[in-house]
Amino acid sequence: MNEGRKEIFQILFVLTGLVFLVKLFFIQVLDTRYAEMADSNAIMREVEYPFRGLIYDRNGKLIVYNTPEFDINVINKEIEDLDSAKFCEAFQISRQELRNRFKEMKARKEYSPYKPTVFIDRLSNIDFAKVQDRLDEFSGFYVQARTTRSYTSPALANALGYVSEISKRKLEGDETGIYKQGDYIGQSGIELFYEEQLRGKRGVKFKLRNVRGIEKGAFKDGAYDTLSVPGEDLVSSIDIELQEYAELLMKGKSGSVVAIEPSSGEILTLVSGPSYDPNLLTGRNYSSNFVLISNDTNKPLFNRPLMAQYRPGSIFKIAQAMTALQEGVITPDTRIRCDRSIIGCHGDHSNEDLRGAIANSCNPYFHGTLRRMLNKGVSSDPYEDTRIGLAEWNEHIMSFGFGGTLGIDLPNEKTGLIPDPAYYDRAYDNRPWKFSNIYSLAIGEGENLVVPIQMANFAAIVANRGYYYTPHLIKAIGDSGKPLPQYQEKQYTSIDPQHFEIAVDAMQRVVESGTGQYRAKLKDIIVCGKTGTVQNDPLPDHSVFIAFAPKDNPKIAVSVYVENAGQGARAAASIASLVIEKYLIGQTNRPYIEDYVLTGHFLY
Amino acid sequence: MRRGIDISGNLDWVTVLIYLGLLLLGWLNIYAAVYDETVSQSIFDLSLNSGRQLLFILACVVIIMGIIIIDMRFYEAFAYIAFAVILVMLLLVPFIGKEVGGNKAWLGIGPFGGQPSEFAKFITALAVAKFIGTVGFRMDNIRNQFLLFAMISLPMFLILLQKDTGTALVFTAFIFVFFREGMSPFLMVVGICAAAIFILTLLVPNQLYLHGGIVVVLALLIMLGKKKFKRITVLAIGALIVMGVIESVDYVITDILKPHQQNRIKALINPDADPLGYGWNVTQSKIAIGSGGPFGKGFLKGTQTKFDFVPEQSTDFIFCTIGEEHGWLGSLVVIVLFVALLLRVIFIAERQKSRFARAYGYGVVSIFFFHFAINIGMTIGLFPVIGIPLPFFSYGGSALWGFTILLFILLKLDAHRGQVLQRL
Repeated sequence: MNEGRKEIFQILFVLTGLVFLVKLFFIQVLDTRYAEMADSNAIMREVEYPFRGLIYDRNGKLIVYNTPEFDINVINKEIEDLDSAKFCEAFQISRQELRNRFKEMKARKEYSPYKPTVFIDRLSNIDFAKVQDRLDEFSGFYVQARTTRSYTSPALANALGYVSEISKRKLEGDETGIYKQGDYIGQSGIELFYEEQLRGKRGVKFKLRNVRGIEKGAFKDGAYDTLSVPGEDLVSSIDIELQEYAELLMKGKSGSVVAIEPSSGEILTLVSGPSYDPNLLTGRNYSSNFVLISNDTNKPLFNRPLMAQYRPGSIFKIAQAMTALQEGVITPDTRIRCDRSIIGCHGDHSNEDLRGAIANSCNPYFHGTLRRMLNKGVSSDPYEDTRIGLAEWNEHIMSFGFGGTLGIDLPNEKTGLIPDPAYYDRAYDNRPWKFSNIYSLAIGEGENLVVPIQMANFAAIVANRGYYYTPHLIKAIGDSGKPLPQYQEKQYTSIDPQHFEIAVDAMQRVVESGTGQYRAKLKDIIVCGKTGTVQNDPLPDHSVFIAFAPKDNPKIAVSVYVENAGQGARAAASIASLVIEKYLIGQTNRPYIEDYVLTGHFLY
Repeated sequence: MRRGIDISGNLDWVTVLIYLGLLLLGWLNIYAAVYDETVSQSIFDLSLNSGRQLLFILACVVIIMGIIIIDMRFYEAFAYIAFAVILVMLLLVPFIGKEVGGNKAWLGIGPFGGQPSEFAKFITALAVAKFIGTVGFRMDNIRNQFLLFAMISLPMFLILLQKDTGTALVFTAFIFVFFREGMSPFLMVVGICAAAIFILTLLVPNQLYLHGGIVVVLALLIMLGKKKFKRITVLAIGALIVMGVIESVDYVITDILKPHQQNRIKALINPDADPLGYGWNVTQSKIAIGSGGPFGKGFLKGTQTKFDFVPEQSTDFIFCTIGEEHGWLGSLVVIVLFVALLLRVIFIAERQKSRFARAYGYGVVSIFFFHFAINIGMTIGLFPVIGIPLPFFSYGGSALWGFTILLFILLKLDAHRGQVLQRL
């Protein structure tokens, strides 16, 4: 009656064994994922974060350095009888906050009760010291150290930029595979531009660990470990004392100050006003401060020296003069009557030569000059003639570095605008245009747009009598002691050097006896400058001044923009001369000018 | 004394060899599971599970000698008395027992302690065998069937009171014995169908699909067969019962099972749903075994089991160490050894002349099979996590002694099979 039942059992046992072996064959031999998962389980990739490169100013003063900060991580499964009252007291948080933190942590996608999860992030040195000794009272809580940026000076925020955690989007776009989630990356300014030099190379240590993350020795005796390489230190061309002084002068004003060493293109000062304290964008309060700063209606994150575009105003007359001399349409002695019927003027002069026209900023003179330049009679068709002239003019002006990016070592540089024939074709929708349509170019109004850094560079060009080095903020990278190669090359304009002597003479006269005589003149130092008053209807004009000094063998070239502050001879000329004085002498001998700048209300 | 001398000739040495092989592999693996490179203790170190397990193994020698010395008739004669005693002990455990590892299953007298539930297995096997071996016993007698089920339900129930679900479930393995001894296969078939429906209910997210499928099958059966009223009624009632079962499975899972039991079943169906939560055990166990590859990482070279990624790595999840350190080949050796043991025990059981001995043999094989299948099945994700040891591998004295006694009583009976009057 029970025949065959023995066989059923035998078959069942053998079958069970076979099923196990097949299943084991699948997970052990065919599926390699388990081996990978086992590695990620037991092999801890301990990243040794490299020290980000330090940044010094041109005199060797430390500007940017690293300070440790601490994340408090928690492994939820290891928490035993958390005394929340004690914890709240130690970490100085409310019970509500503690509850919220747990709730928020558990809601995270990568959350696991078995693995360390960030519980409190970015504790500063000081905050950490308060809890360090008490941490062992709370089982399951661990410390992860890393570094953040700190700044010795509240100045230079926009040029330095800031560092923060890499964004998800950037991480996905990163093809180098260098960055991992949670890494810090330069987000703007020098930190972004020199990210590659500053970041260094992370080291990796492979360690065995058990399920609680406790180390159990090196993996394969450290055969795969690498050491971290610190980032390269940078020496900035900035004079941080001058920078702080210029920022002080710009306090309460909107605009920019750019100072360049003409002989090298090194930027001495780069002020964007209003600015913010770079220390606000580090550490624990990064997020909340960032929101505050980026929502400020004065736009402190807008890097005006590079990004603000203005019409050049009267200063452009110097470039016009150089172009006209180069093309031979005028000579230094050419006199043009100050006929104010087409275009207005100011002051009482009537028939100046070139130097006088620059010094007096004579509008009709440059109207006439540009007409000679654009209408040389190459073609009998006045429209065609203007096209040819404008194309030549455009080429000369562009050679000063206007109308394109200079290639400074900061991101987001704006180009400005120098119109060419194609531009007016578009603007006039291919209807014909000629000189009478575009003459306001002559006095730096009209369609022209320049950026403050270009104007400072222009001052350097005149100071150098015809060439420039591309302005840059980093004069030495790491041990090389040199800037990037593109900053070691002289850039020549298309104007012969001798013509610049006229401009230098004229600019000297502007300061000695012209519009700049009241606020830009210095004792013992010959300052060459030019005022500009940029129309900004319907708001008040912008006050602009460019200058360099001393006249021979110039050490500093400056451009100053103060928005809505009226005539260039006032706020801008004062600030520019104070910056020059500070840089060349070390202090100002004209406290009344300093006082005028500090107490005047220039912010519209 | 004469019996003691010729016993060696009659002892089934094939089984003994397999037993010793499993014991040795088990011991080495316990050492591997708890080995810590940074401390590097000896396998004999008594502070390690492996050192203590060696003591347990040495105790086995004494136990085996005792089993062999005792008169074979003793086992059948005292089966009921032992059964009664163990039931009392099981009853007492919840009140005077110690709690070890979450289960209150430990009974200690002075420095000696043990889990009565481990010994209940062989004693129940003896009692069941004795009952089946009674002269004139007929399996098709309903009363006998009821009594048999009562015999296995009593210890089961008492062990459930200790919250040791795994060990309690082992007693269902006796149904194999009943089947071998003549119980209608109907019950087995119903059991398998119920299990299939149970699993389907878990796998199919919406029970409406299942109900729909049953209606379709019912319609097909009615249309294809004879269209007699009685047959249709029976089929319809059957279908309704199945639908009821499906609903009640859902009810049992969501309302009766405790959350940790629900999670074990959920982890079986989809361990990836929460690999860091309730799926942790199964996921980590599979990672450990899967990472072994074809040949393993080598003795003491496993990382997953050693570094505690696998829970209970020297007891319930000991098979992970084998899988990780010795790979598929090592698993093959262990599985082949176990299947060989099972087949050998059947062979021994079948050659018995007494029904008692044969039924006991089947009791032995059923318990071994249940442990083997459920334990390895759970580590590789084929069964839910049920905490029962892998015989001879899992660390623990009570379990080792229980299995040894279980096996060697059979060998003792087998050695004397020639002296038994044929009663079959």
